Amino acid sequence: MRKEVEERRFLGRSVRGAVNAAIAIVLTALSVSILFAIVGHIFVNGVGSLNADFFTQIPKPYGETGGGIAPAIAGTIVMLLVAGIIAVPVGIGTAIYITEFGQSRFAEIVRFAIELLAELPSIVVGVFVWALLVRNLTGYSGMAGACALAVIMIPIIARSVEEILKLVPDGLRESALALGTPKWKVVLFVVIPTVLPGILTGVMLSLARAAGETAPLLLTALGNSFFNLDLRRPMAAMPLQIFNYAVSPYDDWHRKAWASTLVLVAIVAILSGAVKFFVRRWKHESN
Amino acid sequence: MNPIRSLADIVRSPSAPEAAPAGTGRSIAIKSLSAYYGKHRALEDIDLDVLPGLITAIIGPSGCGKSTLIRCVNRMHEVIKGAYATGSVLLDGEDIYAPGASPVRIRRRIGMVFQKPNPFPTRTVYENVIAGLRLNFPRMPKADYDETVERSLRAAALWDEVKDKLHSSGSALSGGQQQRLCIARAIAIEPEVLLLDEPCSALDPTATLKIEELLYTLKAKYTIVLVTHNMQQAARASDMTAFMLADESHVGRLIEYGQTRDIFIEPKESRTEEYISGRLG
Repeated sequence: MRKEVEERRFLGRSVRGAVNAAIAIVLTALSVSILFAIVGHIFVNGVGSLNADFFTQIPKPYGETGGGIAPAIAGTIVMLLVAGIIAVPVGIGTAIYITEFGQSRFAEIVRFAIELLAELPSIVVGVFVWALLVRNLTGYSGMAGACALAVIMIPIIARSVEEILKLVPDGLRESALALGTPKWKVVLFVVIPTVLPGILTGVMLSLARAAGETAPLLLTALGNSFFNLDLRRPMAAMPLQIFNYAVSPYDDWHRKAWASTLVLVAIVAILSGAVKFFVRRWKHESN
Repeated sequence: MNPIRSLADIVRSPSAPEAAPAGTGRSIAIKSLSAYYGKHRALEDIDLDVLPGLITAIIGPSGCGKSTLIRCVNRMHEVIKGAYATGSVLLDGEDIYAPGASPVRIRRRIGMVFQKPNPFPTRTVYENVIAGLRLNFPRMPKADYDETVERSLRAAALWDEVKDKLHSSGSALSGGQQQRLCIARAIAIEPEVLLLDEPCSALDPTATLKIEELLYTLKAKYTIVLVTHNMQQAARASDMTAFMLADESHVGRLIEYGQTRDIFIEPKESRTEEYISGRLG
């Protein structure tokens, strides 16, 4: 009797376990297959239009074949660089303030503000920079685009660096303080070097996110069909180029939109892969 | 060699305190010191004179405030959010809690070693030893750094074990070696006092013994305060012992202070005797 009951219960348990595992596997497969579907689709549709000209030429007007997206690639790289120069110190500085120095109510307010900023729709950032900079100061320009991207990047950097700094054990800070080290030196020469790989990853994350932003650039960098590295003038960018090609009615431009998308995805993948590689090697060496 | 029957048998010979050289260590006078964590009072009215050139052990059950007490001596207590102390601590007559006193400067004169060995993980053995010099003192020629590294590591009884791996990571050493590295790091900046907060609680008996022998060689030069929850260690390693106890509301007080052999062999307070014989705490 007892054995039968146990066997029945065992059967029930194993069936329930198998069903649960199956559901989890199906859902996982679903989420991963979405990624593969997107990347695969982009590759299939985009790879045919790729050639050397695509990377080196400026876009041709409709009707002419060939041409490339060199201005957009250059513009995206330049704007990301400038945005990084603005956002990296501001974001890291904010994170350091919150975790290392902020023991007050003000630090709580700063943290809350950063969270709100991170959740701001990117088009709102675009409108804000347009109203503040484009209309009053810079006009449509690469600089305005870089500022909009910086506003997107700052909260991402600040939040990821804050999380990383929280992982540093207090014992490390205390051992440096106990040597008679002023607080700012403890942060700069002991805490930051310990978490440098994590900070790099956070910065990378923000760059990858900013590289794909379209909405804030529409209202700030505007786009440019000609090659331009002057930050004071309208500048092309990959997402803008993709947008322009995609909303056009021409099949050739649609193919170019796919190719541009492929290039953008590749740039982001290469960037994050490179950082992962260097971080791993750096960690390996320091051990 | 007599068999060890009680703690009294491992107390070092009574001549030890008197035999200690006059030394260059500094005296520390703790006067009516109270320490707080926010509203909670952790220490009440501690008066304790730490004598130069000796090892003073602070013993007591967990939560009696012994760590808090030595963290007050180099103003590390106030590093914790909401923590502060009142009263005074005189280092050779100079109040480190005087209004103008800088905690940063005080900590360069009073070194500290923590419970958990905490070498800087991104620095090599060599860089760990001179970390304090590099961070807080004017730049020196490389030969001076080399000399400091060798002298400090020898003083910490670590030189022979690490002289061939000075440039590998400090966190690659064993736990006991890491703790001696932390002692080398603390004495590299030539403090006047060395505070040790349960330095052996994460170490095995062999490493513990090495540290205790090391402390014995260091006491001629530095005034040493050793917090320990290990009574055998206090009996073995110290000249003077302070016993602390917290009451029901977790306020720590100093119960008894005297020569180690007196505390362990004939304590005056019944609570000290109860703790030492294992009936309390």
